[in-house]
Amino acid sequence: MIAKPAIPDVLREPGPGIGKPLSRVDGPLKVTGQARYAAEFNVPGLVHGYIVSSTITKGRITRIDTAAALRRPGVLHVFTHENRPHVAWFDRKWKDEDAPSGSPFRPLYDDRIVHAMQPVALVVAETFEAAREGARLVQVEYEAEPHETDLAARRHEAFTPGKEKGGFEPPPKPRGDPDRALAEAAVKVDVEYVQPTEHHNPMEMHGSTVVYNDDGTLTVHDKTQGAPNSHSWVCSVFGLSKSAVRVISPFVGGAFGSGLRPQHQLFMAVMAALQLKRSVRVELSRPQMFTFGHRPPTIQRVALGAAPDGTLQAMIHEAVQESSQFENYVEIVVNWSGQQYRCDNVRLDYKLARLDVFTPLDMRAPGAATGVPAIEMAMDELAHALRMDPVELRLRNYTDRDPNQDKPFSSKELRACFAQGAERFGWSRRNPQPRSMREGRQLIGWGVASGVWDAMQGQADARATLGIDGHLVVASATADIGTGTYTVMSQIAAGTLGLPIGNVTFKLGDSALPMAPIEGGSWTVSSVGSAVLAACERVRGRLYKLAAKMEGAPLGKAKPADMVLTDGHVALAADPARRVPIAEVMRSGGVLAIEEEARSVPYYVKRAQHTLATHSAVFAEVRVDEDLGTVQVSRIVSAVAAGRIINPKTAGSQVMGGVVMGIGMALEEETFMDHGLGRYMNHDLAEYHVPVNADIGSIDVIFVDEHDEVVNPLGAKGVGEIGIVGVPAAIANAVFHATGVRVRELPITLDKVLAGLSRRSAA
Amino acid sequence: MRAFSYSRAESVADALKGVVGHGETKVVAGGTNLLDLMKADVMRPTRLVDITRLPLNRIEETAEGGLRLGALVTNADTAHDERVRSRYPMLSRAILAGASAQLRNMATNGGNLLQRTRCYYFYDTGTPCNKREPGSGCGAIGGVNRIHAILGASEHCIATHPSDMCVALAALAAEIRVTGPRGERTIPFEAFHRLPGDAPQIDTNLAPDEIVTAIDLPARGFAAHSTYLKVRDRQSYAFALVSVAAALEIEDGKVTAARLALGGVAHKPWRDQAAEEALVGRPADAGSFAVAAEAVLRDARGFGHNDFKIDLARRAILRALQDAAASETP
Ligand SMILES: Cc1cc2nc3c(=O)[nH]c(=O)nc-3n(C[C@H](O)[C@H](O)[C@H](O)COP(=O)(O)OP(=O)(O)OC[C@H]3O[C@@H](n4cnc5c(N)ncnc54)[C@H](O)[C@@H]3O)c2cc1C
Ligand code: SF4
Repeated sequence: MIAKPAIPDVLREPGPGIGKPLSRVDGPLKVTGQARYAAEFNVPGLVHGYIVSSTITKGRITRIDTAAALRRPGVLHVFTHENRPHVAWFDRKWKDEDAPSGSPFRPLYDDRIVHAMQPVALVVAETFEAAREGARLVQVEYEAEPHETDLAARRHEAFTPGKEKGGFEPPPKPRGDPDRALAEAAVKVDVEYVQPTEHHNPMEMHGSTVVYNDDGTLTVHDKTQGAPNSHSWVCSVFGLSKSAVRVISPFVGGAFGSGLRPQHQLFMAVMAALQLKRSVRVELSRPQMFTFGHRPPTIQRVALGAAPDGTLQAMIHEAVQESSQFENYVEIVVNWSGQQYRCDNVRLDYKLARLDVFTPLDMRAPGAATGVPAIEMAMDELAHALRMDPVELRLRNYTDRDPNQDKPFSSKELRACFAQGAERFGWSRRNPQPRSMREGRQLIGWGVASGVWDAMQGQADARATLGIDGHLVVASATADIGTGTYTVMSQIAAGTLGLPIGNVTFKLGDSALPMAPIEGGSWTVSSVGSAVLAACERVRGRLYKLAAKMEGAPLGKAKPADMVLTDGHVALAADPARRVPIAEVMRSGGVLAIEEEARSVPYYVKRAQHTLATHSAVFAEVRVDEDLGTVQVSRIVSAVAAGRIINPKTAGSQVMGGVVMGIGMALEEETFMDHGLGRYMNHDLAEYHVPVNADIGSIDVIFVDEHDEVVNPLGAKGVGEIGIVGVPAAIANAVFHATGVRVRELPITLDKVLAGLSRRSAA
Repeated sequence: MRAFSYSRAESVADALKGVVGHGETKVVAGGTNLLDLMKADVMRPTRLVDITRLPLNRIEETAEGGLRLGALVTNADTAHDERVRSRYPMLSRAILAGASAQLRNMATNGGNLLQRTRCYYFYDTGTPCNKREPGSGCGAIGGVNRIHAILGASEHCIATHPSDMCVALAALAAEIRVTGPRGERTIPFEAFHRLPGDAPQIDTNLAPDEIVTAIDLPARGFAAHSTYLKVRDRQSYAFALVSVAAALEIEDGKVTAARLALGGVAHKPWRDQAAEEALVGRPADAGSFAVAAEAVLRDARGFGHNDFKIDLARRAILRALQDAAASETP
């Protein structure tokens, strides 16, 4: 009766923990203030650095005078491009795990200024206050050169990039004859969407505390999404041996992608510590959080042609996106459109325009959060033109194969997402007519959109150590940026070894631990979780062997294949009442601890034969004040298919957080650039708006059952990003349904709604 | 932030002594605005005199039947005071529409009057700004000016005054009580804040050596028909794009008295007495309110990103007056 599974039995018989809505294991540390963040580690003799930011956007430094700063009591040293210590010369030495092609930015490298608020000096002082005041006293003279920061001005000089960055493939070749099919289509839309610059703005600002140890080695507390990434970058840039540096990052106060690349503060703090032979902390100010990467602004054209029955006949999706002068940051943007719908005539085109800004940086669902809203808004426009229900239109063009690659999906329960989401939302009661629902001066609208994100996996290592006391320590150098990594890894380990969750300690955020890739792309459960599973399975295998050899044969002639681990015991699968405590098994085998390390390697072959993705269907209700144009999102239902959900509570929180960020993207978030100065102007949290509690109505998350044996042994796809993808379009479509006004430029602020309402009433 | 000295005043006289003759001295109350600006290196006092121990922390009845709000009463205590809530509901609403609960617990009434603009350029020392650095130019003209003024601006500055509370105070025709080396005086609310003109670095007519001791509310509170409407980019914790304090007295469907002040549109809370007078004697209906809105915005002018505020202000005035006419109690 007990099957010998081809996939691990944790999938079939969830052990204690797996699939359970466990609260965060690190929650108590966080809410009691015991969790310490990078800029909170104090050591005797710590000194503080403060970065001086350039006031011009492009040009060169002609003179830099540090005398006044150095006279300020407490100031120890001022680093500039003129006196900085030696650093690596080759570009490849400056590359990190997330670097696109090009020439990475090097702080204080020379006199060139290539973007606004570029770091031009570091003032180090005995106190933070002295450093900050010293920074004000550094006098810098510049020779400015003309700059361009306006994407619209450069869109026609854009170029087609190649494969510039891991995880992002250039668009597929066009299929059929999309221009002709569009011209001949009975019903069509051909529109342009514009999205603004956004910044990650995690709560915690980037900080690094570099402890200079007596033996000259460095212990670096860094805010990062990958301690190993910071570690290898520091070693490479400063020419240090791997053993001379250790990077620690146990807690991260949010990142959303901002910690995927080593940031200025890390370079500055390490440089100063090495030179001054002292422990140094550097933390960025909130305005400086706007100086190292952002979601790039994008202009997109989407043209769709359809037969009267809604069958898609033509799809053209062209995007122009911003990159810097020195790196080719890409997020392709358009590919998901061709993947999501069946259509014979398709052209997907993606271009980059070089502007005098810092290189953009992955921000939650990079590419998909930009491109999918465009296609999903266009699908809504098409549905309206067809007089067809927008869910029905999507199902009409549903595809079970990825048309871009002509491959099957490893699993795709998007249909179920639509069905369950629509049911929960009450979609069947929707009157298709815009402006058909109102309550007093509030116009009410319902919108829908789908979302998609890739189900990626990287190689990762994990080590599991089971002590005879029944305590299990599992370790991997991965990160927990607030996503729940500590919790779900503990669950996977506990589930695999049949231990109570309280017996498991998971360690992460330390470059000395077994290797793990940066935490991004929603691949941590897939990559690290699979390694944790593999390491724990090895421990389990050794326990079974010991149990089989036990004196007195308490489990009879049982072979490992006949055993299970439950509740701290090795038991007979067929008769779980026959069991022996793990401690006894280990004692009789004469071992005090069982330690195993394993590497998870993606199923490369199976994966190559499939397209792997998470999907969602998002339903939104908005209330628009007809007089004032303000939009409030009163309800969101997000139905997500992401394979196996290890922990519905932390996963639910991820999706909920994605929804909140999606509301921000739809209605609020935008970094204003003064193109004359080439500088972001609303670089603080008073004027860069993210949603506040009052902006959030009800958020209902549904996880649709999805079984996947291709993605990884856990069958889990990851949920960090899918939550945001469908939200902006669902809201934009709901705004149209409420008002009859299409706003094609995000965010949908009240001025744009009012302009549309005025145009409407004029017409 | 620069090094500064700090002292605590134990009496008003003590505070004045501290302020007199020290050009770069500032008094600090809740510190929610001043300290932020010091950290951003926008304000650079060399001395801070802490006035939070002064006995200016009471709300009292005035002989005229109004209320005297001490300069050091917090915004929160003012908004939640039972007398303020029942007699000046518009003021209570305005205060609660501002900032966050935490900030309102720290922020004082005096500090609220004297808070400075939220213009992006004013806050960023890497950019030109006549208010911060007279003569350096105005970054917002021709730059990013979504939150800027549409009324009363000058070629030197188009900043707005960010306070909510002050808009209600303007509509209520409050008076500011101040004291200084030349003695005490009272400044009518309308004369307290200034238009930018060619000296945008000067926000108010309070002399540098004077301090605010109280805000006097007249007896008339328009409790029956008044409202404060704040329109902003998110539901909470954002400054007003446009706000309206609207108050009416109505008899037999006719307006007998009106007050109308706008926030987020000018360098000072913008009260328009001509528009108020135009309402008197007219029916309390949308037609009259539209006329008043037109009157207020007759000379409005946008600077690009903020053009929308003109239409928004018109809509907000209409809505607020309608709400005020309809409201019995808030
Ligand atoms: C994030 C944020 C959001 C905010 N949002 C809003 C909002 O939506 N609406 C709104 O209205 N406000 C808002 N505020 C502003 C807030 O209301 C003010 O910061 C506060 O009212 C200032 O009061 P304070 O006592 O802290 O002043 P302080 O910072 O102590 O002082 C401010 C100024 O007033 C001077 N001063 C203080 N008291 C006196 C006195 N008695 N006599 C003479 N001078 C004096 C000081 O010298 C200083 O120049 C916000 C503030 C922040 C930080
Ligand atoms: S509007 Fe006023 S505060 Fe803003 S930049 Fe211009 S001068 Fe400075």
